[in-house]
Amino acid sequence: MIERANAVLVLEDGTTFHGKAIGKIGKAAGELAFNTGMTGYQEVFTDPSYLGQLVTMTSPHIGNYGTAEPESESKSMQCAGIIIKKFSEVASREISDSSLQEFLEENNKVGISDVDTRALVRHIRSKGAMNAIISSVDSDSIESLSEELKNVPSMEGLELASKVSTKEAYVLPATSEESTLKVALMDFGSKSTIAKCLNERGCEVKVFPMDTALEDLLAYNPDGFMLSNGPGDPAAMTSSHQLVKEIIDTNIPVFGICMGHQLIAASQGLTTEKMHQGHRGLNHPVLNHKTGKGEITSQNHGFVVSRSSAEGNDNIEITHSHLNDNTVAGIALKDKSVFSVQYHPESSAGPHDSRYLFDDFIANMNSNKKS
Amino acid sequence: MPKNEKIKSVLIIGSGPIVIGQACEFDYSGSQASRSLREEGIEVTLINSNPATIMTDEVVADNIYLKSLEPDSIREIIAKHDIDAVLPTMGGQTALNLAIKCDELGIWEDNNIDIIGVDIDAIEITENREAFRNLMEEIDVPMAPQKTAKSFLEGKSVAQEFGLPLCIRSSYTLGGAGAGVVYDEKEFDNLLDAGLHASPIHEVMIDKALLGWKEYELELLRDKNDNVVIICSIENFDPMGVHTGDSITVAPAMTLADTTFQEMRNMAIKMMRSVGNFSGGCNVQFAVSPDDEEKIIAIEINPRVSRSSALASKATGYPIAKIAAKLAIGYTLDELDNQITKTTSALFEPTLDYVIVKIPRWNFNKFPGADRKLGLQMKSVGEVMGIGRSFQEALQKACQSLEIGRNGLGADGKEITDQNQILESLEFPSWDRLFHIYDAIKLGIPFNRIQEKTKIDIWFLRQIEELIKLERKIEKLSLDTIPKEVLFEAKQKGYADRQIAHLLKCLESEVYSKRDELGIQRVYKLVDTCAGEFPAQTPYYYSSFELENESEVSDKKKIVVLGSGPNRIGQGIEFDYSCVHGVLAAKEAGYETIMINCNPETVSTDFDTADKLYFEPVFWEHIYDIIRHEKPEGVIVQLGGQTALKLAEKLERYGIKIMGTSYDALDLAEDRGRFSKLLKDNNVPYPEFGVVESAEQALELSDDLGFPLLVRPSYVLGGQKMKIVINKEELEHHVVDILRDMPDNQILLDHFLGGAIEAEADAICDGENVYIIGVMQHIEPAGIHSGDSYGVLPPYNLGDLVMQQIEDITKKVAVALDTVGLINIQFAIKDDKVYVIEANPRASRTVPFIAKAYDEPYVNYATKVMLGDKKVTDFNFQPKKEGYAIKIPVFSFNKFPNVNKELGPEMKSTGEAIQFIKDLKDPFFRKIFAERNLYLSK
Repeated sequence: MIERANAVLVLEDGTTFHGKAIGKIGKAAGELAFNTGMTGYQEVFTDPSYLGQLVTMTSPHIGNYGTAEPESESKSMQCAGIIIKKFSEVASREISDSSLQEFLEENNKVGISDVDTRALVRHIRSKGAMNAIISSVDSDSIESLSEELKNVPSMEGLELASKVSTKEAYVLPATSEESTLKVALMDFGSKSTIAKCLNERGCEVKVFPMDTALEDLLAYNPDGFMLSNGPGDPAAMTSSHQLVKEIIDTNIPVFGICMGHQLIAASQGLTTEKMHQGHRGLNHPVLNHKTGKGEITSQNHGFVVSRSSAEGNDNIEITHSHLNDNTVAGIALKDKSVFSVQYHPESSAGPHDSRYLFDDFIANMNSNKKS
Repeated sequence: MPKNEKIKSVLIIGSGPIVIGQACEFDYSGSQASRSLREEGIEVTLINSNPATIMTDEVVADNIYLKSLEPDSIREIIAKHDIDAVLPTMGGQTALNLAIKCDELGIWEDNNIDIIGVDIDAIEITENREAFRNLMEEIDVPMAPQKTAKSFLEGKSVAQEFGLPLCIRSSYTLGGAGAGVVYDEKEFDNLLDAGLHASPIHEVMIDKALLGWKEYELELLRDKNDNVVIICSIENFDPMGVHTGDSITVAPAMTLADTTFQEMRNMAIKMMRSVGNFSGGCNVQFAVSPDDEEKIIAIEINPRVSRSSALASKATGYPIAKIAAKLAIGYTLDELDNQITKTTSALFEPTLDYVIVKIPRWNFNKFPGADRKLGLQMKSVGEVMGIGRSFQEALQKACQSLEIGRNGLGADGKEITDQNQILESLEFPSWDRLFHIYDAIKLGIPFNRIQEKTKIDIWFLRQIEELIKLERKIEKLSLDTIPKEVLFEAKQKGYADRQIAHLLKCLESEVYSKRDELGIQRVYKLVDTCAGEFPAQTPYYYSSFELENESEVSDKKKIVVLGSGPNRIGQGIEFDYSCVHGVLAAKEAGYETIMINCNPETVSTDFDTADKLYFEPVFWEHIYDIIRHEKPEGVIVQLGGQTALKLAEKLERYGIKIMGTSYDALDLAEDRGRFSKLLKDNNVPYPEFGVVESAEQALELSDDLGFPLLVRPSYVLGGQKMKIVINKEELEHHVVDILRDMPDNQILLDHFLGGAIEAEADAICDGENVYIIGVMQHIEPAGIHSGDSYGVLPPYNLGDLVMQQIEDITKKVAVALDTVGLINIQFAIKDDKVYVIEANPRASRTVPFIAKAYDEPYVNYATKVMLGDKKVTDFNFQPKKEGYAIKIPVFSFNKFPNVNKELGPEMKSTGEAIQFIKDLKDPFFRKIFAERNLYLSK
């Protein structure tokens, strides 16, 4: 056993947790979030939607199977830091290429272990999401960390997608036998599995920077638009609202995921709200109103489309609802081939129950192509 | 549309007597299902031949039939009740088989009864390996290579093709007869030959043995809309090659990446959907290759609730049987609430922020000559579950729950150091492999060797290694020098104060005081299905060492009921029955009830049973901390068998009130010297006896007492190590044998009344008044343990004179012992004279039987007497006495082919059944009476 340095986690409201340092020695601040998944920590840590957040994993052991490069959702770790209960120094998996400690170090990230993560989650549950700071720097005092924390901006009103969106467009070829469709993927911080799900279904995908002008997008002559997930407050992305509206008006099929879903909603004049604590886990139940069937979904969002504004818009159909709190989980535009979901049908990490939505999107593109 | 309104009356089939492989987990599922249906206003009729179950109690079902599980019993029930549907998935394979039998006879169809919760075709496909294999091929789910062979030559060529090791199973034999794993050619030839002979069609199935592959189980639920959720993933610590019921298992899966897990999840869902169209629970088992391919192979699927689903329910808090019953009557998952949070949906997958470890409990010592190696056939008789905030903590707690004389894993001075013995044990697992893995690491056997021999995932082995490293650190310290962080770390890793005391070379109480001083206190966390994401309503707790304590103490008057720990021979489901009734009675008497137990199969550990459930080892330290936290009025120890009773002394010493009969009286009954004096003072006859502490003393005493002699250690249950000896040689051998296993124990020698008749009485006493609830006469002559004898209620040929003596003595002894609560007294009757063999002032194995036979809630009454809430005279006893009730002992000898069925003073049976007869002309009674001497060994 390596003797690890002490670390501390200080919350905005002054609550303090002590633990052990993992990853590099240093500090990291951001909004506290948690994920209740029991598998897939690597996918969570590399998901651009978690940009700048401190992610608490509720699963008690993290790091057991190390990390493996092909299972990352982006090129590097995206969350600012991690908070866990038991850290595994041993990585037990043949295909693992690094232990989690090595992975954190390579990514220059800070973490804290041996924290009563359950108490922390219960705290966030009652007090709501808030900012926090992790430090494993010996000289930092609780007071100085609290002081530093005051300079960390609130997530509300924060635009973050531009930090993770690709700077250059690039093409990902289809991986199935026949390639028939072309999809323009608007990258607001896309998880790589979204493109993979399309590639596997015979789509060529071109990933575009989020601020690409409509005419440049149309120059690719896409059969459909995929609006990706991403970090930050969708309400702060006014120029994207406009672009999404223009995309929808082209009458080309559109599929939005998470941030993409919220942008579609905003472009149609619906409002989004910040949630008390967000949905962050792999076990969230969603009811598909069309089929009457349930699906277990992977979710990660702190903002949600307001139900009253969706119900108040005649052109919006609520296609999916979250079964626990009845929040809006999916919408479709009645007069267009446009639909979106708040959750992650590409999953990774999480169940594959909702991957049929990619098939639906493909069907939309095919039928649009024929007509 | 929610539920099917046409279903107004449902028949639930139970699983019958407890045998190895089918235990009280089905009492739990049957009880849950019954309650779940009654909540919906459905009339529930229940059939089970096992009288020791809660499910066959009127608190659970509307109509109860304690009948043999045969089509005739079903016909009889159908004739009396207007049954709309039968739910056969709650009673294990026994219930499914009966449902199929009735289906073949057309009983269901003729009476317009729907089979719900399962599809008969689905059962057939999953039971028929050939059909199942074809189906899996169709849906593209891989299985281990398998071929059938009808001749020795064919078998040899299959072996050539697959390569060793191989699994061989005979076709169409029951209970895994003739099944085994073979490692070399000679073994293969032998088993192939035996297997071909054992099979009625002379056919064997040969599988490539995926030894060393990692083994997993998933528990699924499906509704009629084809929604499927995975309730729990379970990883086996012991890789492929050991029956899952005999494996140490861990939830959630510890060493699976999301990619592999999701692939497994997809396969499980596909498999469940492919086997048939039914709403309910299902269990799927997989093997995963430990190499870089991570190949997943399906092993089997069980379309019903199982031992694993009971474990999964306790592990996650998601009551699978309860929900499965609702799905069976037409609800869909999205229409139901999560039973723990009550605010979120039942259509979800529980997520755990803790770890559970299940360890099986074996009873090999009851079966001398049995093959103790673990393999394809299940051999364990019970199990325990430990819950902790880490694998290590859960593992230690599970080890503390086992009651095998260990204080946890390691740090108790009981490790072995014989390298060859350890290496052998690593490769050929038996009940103690876990302990030997610890010993191997401690001894410095190279890690690669341990991994190569055990094939256990390195992650688990490293967890055990970490424990040893911590112990080495602690050993260098003393009580005065141990820093708070180190002590805290040890407690977080699940070490008992007793283990730490062993390492620090001090007393357990000193460690306790030290951590009290340092503020290292147990806290209690909630099992809530959602890792804290939502508030939960259900008070289901486990302990850990962390910051926040979630268990709020109310200001109501409280009572703690101590459970009976893991099932084992001599202490089984009967005690859980008593505990559950104790809890219900205390609730009625106005107490907040607190249950402490560690057996995941039981009704007592259902979060719906007590007001508060602490899923903790029934181990002093855990009990004491809960008592300090909750401050109950007292503790009930009379209901949880020897497990609870043996904690009485310490409770007394720490000034904690024991409800009912005092510790002193409990001790008096166990202390043969004091007890005999009491009998003598009351003019009660007893066989000549003596107490010895060595073989020399025993030989000397035998001259006075004369042979045959009954030899037994004190303070044991189920006649453990009890034996009748007929000469000095045998006596010497047995005494030495006892002292080897139980040093410092006192040994009792009784003159054995050869040819005597045995009887026993159970009574309730409030200190003054005694009510005899029943007297049972054994069919076999004295010398066979009461648990293994056929018993008849009331006695079938005891004269008035003898009955009068039994009644008088029972009353006299109960009062003399100051009994407040239950008492059981065993008698030997010779030449019309009644002798007392022993008295146990606690709930006995027979109390549930008598309660069922006479249809009166005796444990409920006795609990109210213990609590001082009622006097015996307050009850209006109205036993339903018609004919006779016969208690039939049920054995699991077929699991140990090398062991002969020989009965004696040490109990061997695993379960019991009840049969009612009108009179003594009954042919069943005539038969067992005629065979009464058949199995007596010596």
